[in-house]
Amino acid sequence: MNWLALASEGRAVAAAMDAIARQPESASTISRTLFVGLAMIETMAIYCLVIALLLLFANPLLKLTP
Amino acid sequence: MNSPLTSVTLFHVGPVPITLPVVVTWAIMALLVLGGRLLTRKLSLVPSKTQAAFELIVDTVDSQIRETMRVEPGPYRAFIGTLFVFIFVANWSSLVPGVEPPTAHLETDAALALLVFVAVIWFGIRAVGMKGYLATFAFPSPIMIPLNFLESLTRTFSLLVRLFGNVMSGVFVIGIILSLAGLLVPIPLMALDLLTGAVQAYIFAILAMVFIAGVVSEGQPEPTPNLAPNPRTLP
Repeated sequence: MNWLALASEGRAVAAAMDAIARQPESASTISRTLFVGLAMIETMAIYCLVIALLLLFANPLLKLTP
Repeated sequence: MNSPLTSVTLFHVGPVPITLPVVVTWAIMALLVLGGRLLTRKLSLVPSKTQAAFELIVDTVDSQIRETMRVEPGPYRAFIGTLFVFIFVANWSSLVPGVEPPTAHLETDAALALLVFVAVIWFGIRAVGMKGYLATFAFPSPIMIPLNFLESLTRTFSLLVRLFGNVMSGVFVIGIILSLAGLLVPIPLMALDLLTGAVQAYIFAILAMVFIAGVVSEGQPEPTPNLAPNPRTLP
């Protein structure tokens, strides 16, 4: 799933660059929205890490099997 | 390798175990409260250099609230500002040798996310009343009630996991690199970690603002820019 997050972050940044190049006066609004959007996408990648660590250290499936 | 999901217990107060992140949180709280007390002890209309520097922070928080929420920042300044400053200081507390940021543990982040969850309800009821707040759940149409209800829970959870994942992954990666490569090698990663910490504090505050604004924004006047002079100051 991480490559999905990477690809979409690249697209988001590229689109934001386009928008800023077209309208430099609204750069602050665009970059704030970009940051929030990037954080949302980043969370998807971070979820993978959290799930991996959960499986490593606090695996709920291992407790079910005797 | 230690699990990032557990934390070291230092001592017990009665039956309650007090862990290391809790003690670090207390230290940060004491630092912020005492620092705030010291800085606001001698406020003057013509600010000194220190006062001007810290007024800049308050001004930035105000302008962010005004731009993001489209309301006057008065009632929200304290909550949003405290959230931002606390998370910022907590994330950067890894600069002190031997201190692990308390936000790298699930419990601190859960407390912060719960605060935002409660604050959305509190500010919503204060701004639009109990009826108006409940009506926001049925906002586009009553069909959306289950989804909106679920969203208010999942976004709290995602706030918690986002902050925890970002800060903890920084600490974790530094630990791994340190064990593999040795001294001084993880310094660039630590710099990146500081950047992530600052951005995550900002994001957390912005998202809290967006969630509160989603409930509050109806029925509030647009902020008026300070163009008209205050009539009382006119001769």
